[in-house]
Amino acid sequence: MALSKTAHIVTAYGEELDQLADELARMGGLVETQLENAIAAIVRRDAGVVAGVREREKQVNAMQVDVEKRVLRLFALRQPLATDLRMTISALKIATDLERVGDLAKNIAYRAKDLSEYAPLAMTDQVDRLGGIVIKQLREVLDALSSSDVEPAIRVWRADDEVDERYNALVREMLVAMSQDPGLVEPGVHFLFVAKNLERIGDHATNIAEAVHFMVTAGPLEISSDISKP
Amino acid sequence: MPDNQHHTEHDIHPEAGAGVKVSARDVCVSYSGKQALNNVSIDIPDRSVTAFIGPSGCGKSTFLRCMNRMNDTIEGARVSGSLKLDGREVNDKAVDPVVLRASVGMVFQKPNPFPKSIYDNVAYGPRIHGLALSRDELDAIVEEALRKAGLWEEVASRLSDPGTSLSGGQQQRLVIARAIAISPEVILMDEPCSALDPIATAKIEELIDELRENYCIIIVTHSMQQAARVSQRTAFFHMGNLVEYGPTEEIFTNPRDPRTQDYITGRFG
Repeated sequence: MALSKTAHIVTAYGEELDQLADELARMGGLVETQLENAIAAIVRRDAGVVAGVREREKQVNAMQVDVEKRVLRLFALRQPLATDLRMTISALKIATDLERVGDLAKNIAYRAKDLSEYAPLAMTDQVDRLGGIVIKQLREVLDALSSSDVEPAIRVWRADDEVDERYNALVREMLVAMSQDPGLVEPGVHFLFVAKNLERIGDHATNIAEAVHFMVTAGPLEISSDISKP
Repeated sequence: MPDNQHHTEHDIHPEAGAGVKVSARDVCVSYSGKQALNNVSIDIPDRSVTAFIGPSGCGKSTFLRCMNRMNDTIEGARVSGSLKLDGREVNDKAVDPVVLRASVGMVFQKPNPFPKSIYDNVAYGPRIHGLALSRDELDAIVEEALRKAGLWEEVASRLSDPGTSLSGGQQQRLVIARAIAISPEVILMDEPCSALDPIATAKIEELIDELRENYCIIIVTHSMQQAARVSQRTAFFHMGNLVEYGPTEEIFTNPRDPRTQDYITGRFG
């Protein structure tokens, strides 16, 4: 996430910025694990993941608080400017999005527990595919963050349309299936919530993409943002 | 323009509408053959605050001194290029530096009141330039200048006390009152707050913000935060070059030149 190759004259200041970037990277990694586990639990119909997910959720929340404290401290004591200012403010925004992703992943894991009480659903594959795309989106945007690279961030931002399309198709299909078989209504509602949560995680990934773009270029990510000329 | 200056014609010319007060083209200064300023070109708008920042020896004070020809008094100093105030060449032989300095006032790092009363400090300029025809007129000029400098309430009852009896912050506002008593057009400030405590600094900054409605103010400061707080445009100087010049908000959030970036973030450059 280092935006400047030159070191700070005040070593401790540079270290504080590095530590903030490291904490954010760790938080991203943990949230990614949460999401992977939650989707795997849906696919495997695994009710046993809930305890672990709850434990990690606490860690994610604590990390968000830690990032906020670090940002507050940097503003109060270092008055960051230029790239340092943009990195610090972006870290604050990204931590908020990551915390929300963690929440949504936790919700998905809880739905896995509920769904394990019903017979397997034919549409599990589609949720798995949607989940796969959303995990890829999150992973790519976290890579963009750690490498301060705008190109993958712009790709993630653009690819959100595909997430939305798959989500809408899944909802339509589920509604048809539920109207044909009333026995599918209860598990189907759980499924719809899982899909909705995945779609929301996709939105948070695009928020993070926008924050990374701002951090690197100081400009907003727009439809006209050029991948070749960030 | 040399390649190592990171600004375009658009930068040199501030936003349309704001009149240009000071216009420099290819200004070079050397002291006894040693180059201190290289081809500086810049347009500084009227009725706004422009901050000059950069490391010690970067040329920012040298350039400030060009504006009221204070380099004239330094032996071995050579100034070339064009520097215009309201379109009039400052370095023209026909321009009397004393008259020039009446329209380009200067405030220094350490407050330097004359060893005279508070009243006489402010009345000095109007007297020598013959701006007042009567004692009443002079009283009015002194009061107005002290009011504009935000000092009147504090000194109205003791105008005959020596200027040096005031606190550092009050002395700095006194010399600002002295500068504005002769109705200058440009006020140059060379690190005006570096000897002041934070409260006195805040008062000077508030004063600068009020004065910009009527004057073109150019401030040299080593405090990045001060430049950010008081100025509308910021110019970054480095090794005698004007590296980057633009709206203050842009310079401090998204500088374009890596040298500006490294300097304002406190990195090795």
